[in-house]
Amino acid sequence: MGCDEPLTLLRERGQREVFCGLTSIVWLHRRMPDAFFLVVGSRTCAHLIQSAAGVMIFAEPRFGTAILGERDLAGLADANEELDRVVMQLLERRPEIRTLFLVGSCPSEVIKLDLDNAAQRLSQRYLPRVRVVSYSGSGIETTFTQGEDNALTALVPLLPSSSDESLLVVGTMADQVEDQLYRLFNQLGLPRVQILPPRRSTDLPSVGANTRILLSQPYLSATTRALQARGAQLIGAPYPLGVKGTTAWIQAAAAAFGLDASLVQPHLEAAQQRGGKAVARYREQLQGKSVFLLPDSQLEIPLARFLHQECGMVLQEVGTPYLDRLLMKAELDQLPANTTLSEGQHVDRQLERVRSARPDLVVCGLGLANPLEAEGMATKWSIELVFSPIQGYEQAGDLAELFARPLARRQRLHL
Amino acid sequence: MDLTLWTYEGPPHVGAMRIATSMEGVHYVLHAPQGDTYADLLFTMIERRGKRPPVTYTTFQARDLGGDTAEMVKTSVRDAVERFQPQALLVGESCTAELIQDQPGALANGMGLPIPIVNLELPAYSKKENWGAAETFYQLVRGLLKDQIPAPGTVRSPRSPGARPKVNLLGPSALGFRCRDDVTEVCKLLGEIGVQVSVVAPLGASPADLRRIPEADLNICLYPEVAKPVCDWLERQFAMPCVRTVPIGIGATGDFLQEVGAALGVDVSMALRPEVVGSSDLWSPQLHGGSTERACSRLPWYSRSVDSTYLTGKRVFIFADGTHALAAARIATAELGFELVGLGTYSRESAKLVRAAAKTYGLEPLITDDYLTVEKAISDAAPELVLGTQMERHIAKRLSIPCAVISTPIHVQDVPARYGPQMGWEGANVIFDTWVHPLMMGLEEHLIGMFREDFEFVDGHQSHLHTGGPQSPESSPAAVVHMGTTGHKDQSWSQEGLAELGKVPFFVRGKVRRNTETFAATKGIALITAETLYEAKAHYNR
Repeated sequence: MGCDEPLTLLRERGQREVFCGLTSIVWLHRRMPDAFFLVVGSRTCAHLIQSAAGVMIFAEPRFGTAILGERDLAGLADANEELDRVVMQLLERRPEIRTLFLVGSCPSEVIKLDLDNAAQRLSQRYLPRVRVVSYSGSGIETTFTQGEDNALTALVPLLPSSSDESLLVVGTMADQVEDQLYRLFNQLGLPRVQILPPRRSTDLPSVGANTRILLSQPYLSATTRALQARGAQLIGAPYPLGVKGTTAWIQAAAAAFGLDASLVQPHLEAAQQRGGKAVARYREQLQGKSVFLLPDSQLEIPLARFLHQECGMVLQEVGTPYLDRLLMKAELDQLPANTTLSEGQHVDRQLERVRSARPDLVVCGLGLANPLEAEGMATKWSIELVFSPIQGYEQAGDLAELFARPLARRQRLHL
Repeated sequence: MDLTLWTYEGPPHVGAMRIATSMEGVHYVLHAPQGDTYADLLFTMIERRGKRPPVTYTTFQARDLGGDTAEMVKTSVRDAVERFQPQALLVGESCTAELIQDQPGALANGMGLPIPIVNLELPAYSKKENWGAAETFYQLVRGLLKDQIPAPGTVRSPRSPGARPKVNLLGPSALGFRCRDDVTEVCKLLGEIGVQVSVVAPLGASPADLRRIPEADLNICLYPEVAKPVCDWLERQFAMPCVRTVPIGIGATGDFLQEVGAALGVDVSMALRPEVVGSSDLWSPQLHGGSTERACSRLPWYSRSVDSTYLTGKRVFIFADGTHALAAARIATAELGFELVGLGTYSRESAKLVRAAAKTYGLEPLITDDYLTVEKAISDAAPELVLGTQMERHIAKRLSIPCAVISTPIHVQDVPARYGPQMGWEGANVIFDTWVHPLMMGLEEHLIGMFREDFEFVDGHQSHLHTGGPQSPESSPAAVVHMGTTGHKDQSWSQEGLAELGKVPFFVRGKVRRNTETFAATKGIALITAETLYEAKAHYNR
C-alpha cells in the first residue's frame, strides 16, 4: 500500500511543548536495575524528572541530580572536584551499582563541563567495580526519547567486537513483551538474539560485521549510526506496533537471515489471530474517527500507521519532534498519501489547527491534555504510550484500547 | 554541587509561574530550553486546570546558542503580547538562560510595549520555588504601585466614620495548600465582624486589582511564604498595617480575629463564640437556616468528647513548610492533646521561626531539604502519626505509620473536589477529621486484638480505611509444576507459564489465574503454558 505522492510536510519552528531527554531516565533506570543515572544539572532538572515521572513512591531511586551551585559555575576545576566528591558519596551509599551514567543537562552543556572526560577519569578510579559512562540528555540537544538514544550511543564503544552472526534488537521494551517476542525468534531458529540495552548493565552485547540491527523503538537515530559505524547492518522494518507492524518486524528480521516468509508465517499464525481479534473489538469504536497527534515521543508516526491501518482512524495531522527518514522509511510508506506530517513545533499555531480540525481524539502531552478536554476535545496523553507495554501481538489489543478508552469514557458519562 | 534525589521545592521560575498562573491578565515570557515546559503539567494535572498556564517559553536549542537567542526573546515577547493581550508582562529566565546572559527583561523593556513589563531576576543556582514566588509577587506589586507611593512621612488618612473597614488577603496562589477554600473561609470569618475583603491576590487578581491594594485599611499576610516581602514593603512604603497571624486552628483563628479587630478598631467579641457542644448540634432552623447562622467549629467538643481520649499523648511528627508546620504544632499539642516528637521544615526562610518553636516544645528542630534525612528522623522518632507533605506521606507509608498531608508540595489528591479549607472554624473541622481518621479508631484497637487469631484476619487491615493487608499467596512461582487453584482435576502450570503469570500485576493476578484455569479446563488443556495464558486473555477480552 505504498504512496507515490509525497506526504504534506509542515516544518514548524516556535515553542516546543516537549520533555527533554532527561525524561528517558524514568524507564532506563528500571530497565537496568544495576545502573545509576546521575544528572549533572540544576534544580530544574531534578524537579523535571520527579514531576514527569510522578515519582514519589520509591524508597531511594536509582537516579539523582548533582545540583550545580554558584560556586560550581565560578570555576570549572572546582566543579570537577565537586563531581568526584558527589560520585564517591553516591557509590559508597550504593555498593550494588555497576554502571554509573553521568547525564549532561542544559546547564552542564552551556558551561561546557566535560562529562566525557569526567567519566574516563572516574572509570579509571572505580573499574572493575563500576564503569562510568556519560551522555547528554539536555533539552538544548535532545527531546524526550532522544535521551535513550544518547544513552545507548554512549554504550556502543564499550560493546565487545564479534564477527559471529547475530540479531541485535535495540531499544527498551517491557521485559514481558521482550520475552514474548524472543520466544517467537527462538521458534524460528534465528541465530543468537542479543539485546541493547541489556537487563544487566554489564551484559553488553557484541557487535561486528555479521550483526544485524532490528530496532524496537523508532527514536534510536544516533545509536543506529554508531552501530553501523561498527559494521552492523540495519534491518529496514516498521516498528512492532499492532499485528501488522509486529508481523512485518519479525518477517524483516527473518528475511535478513534468509528465512522464507512462508516458513515463518505458521509460527506467527496463532498470535496473529489473537492479536487481530483483540484489535477488532476496538476497531469498531475507532473506525472512521479522526485523530490529531502532537509531537512528543517519536512514536507518533508508527502509532499513526497502526491507528490508520488496523483501527481505521482518519489521520488529521501527525506531529513528530524530528523526522529521520532512514528510520521511518518503512512506516512512511504505509501512511495514506494525503497525510499531513509536521516536524518540530509551534505550539500555539498547532493548537489553532487542532481547534479548527476538531478531531475526535488528540494525542498530546500532559501539559495540554486537560486544557484541550476543557475545550471539549477527547485526549490521550502520550506519555502513557511510552511507559506501557504496547509492542507485539499480545499487546496489540491493549494498544488499541488506550485510544478507545477516552472515547468510551465519554459515552459512559452523562454529565 | 549537592546530590539530590528528590526535591521539596522546584526552581525559582516555577514560583514565578505560580504567580502568573494565579492571576488574570498577566503573561510570563520565560527564556528557557524546551524541557522546561514540563512545568505546565504541574498546573494542568495536579490542579486539573482547564487552561494552559499563561507562559510562553522561548525553547532555544543548542544550534541557536551561536546565533541570536536574544532575538528569540524579542520574538516571543512580541508574539505573546499580540496573542494573549496581557495587562502586564513578566519576563524572566530559567537556569540555563541565566548562564547565557541575554537579559530578557532589559530586552523586553527596550521594545516600547504599551504595557508594564516586570523584569524578574531569580537566581536559579541559589534560590528556590517559594522564594521565586514571593519575589515575583513583590516585583509585580512594586512595579504596578510605584507611581502611587506617597511621599515619605505621609500619614495615612483615617477611615471615614461609618465606612466599612476593608482588607486585602495576600498570598494565596496556584499550587498552594488549599488556598481556594481558605480564601472563602477567611472571607466568611471577616464578613462576620463586618470587615470587607477588597483585594485577594495573587489568586484570581488582575493587574488592575493589584493597583487597588492601597485603598484597603489593612493587609492580611495569609501565606507568608508568598506574601511576606509584599506585606513588608506595603507597610514600609504605604504605612499599611499588616496582620500576620495565620488563622489555622481554633487558637490561631481566635488570635487572628482579635488582631484584626485591634488593627481596625472593630469589636470581635461576638465572633469569638464557643463551639457547638453535644446535642445542640442537631439540625434546627435556628442553627442552620437563614443568614443569621454563625459559623462555629466542632473541633473543641470533638476533642473533649470521651471517644477522643485515645488520642491523648499520641506521638506526632511534623514536617512541612514553615506556616503549616508551626500551625500544626500548636493544634497538635494544644487542641488535640498529642505529644510532639518531631518538628521541622524544608523552608530555609522559616528556619528561624521553626527553631524557636521547636525549642518551646523541647525538640531539636529539623531544618533540611533532604528527604532521606527526614525519613531517618521519622524512623528514629517512631511516631504514631506523621503530618507532612506528599513526601512524608510516602515515607510514612513505607514505615506503616498513619499520615495526613498538611502542606505543599502537593499532589492531585490535595486538591479535593469538596470544600476543604484549613483556615478558620471550618478549617479546624477539616483538620480534626483529616488527622484523626488515619489513626486506628479507639474501639477498633481493641477489636483487632480480639480477632487476631481468626483466619479472616489480615494484618494491617483497617476496616474504615479500606486498606487490605499485603498480598502474597500468588507471588512465588518457584515450583516446577503447580497445581491449579480452581479445583480442576489433572491441571497444572508449566514453569514458564507460572513465570509469565508472575509478571502480571499482583492486583489482577488472581483473576488472570482463575480465568486461565477455567479457560484451560473448558478447552481440555492439562498443562498451562504462557501460550495458554494469552489464549485465555484473548478469549476473555472478547
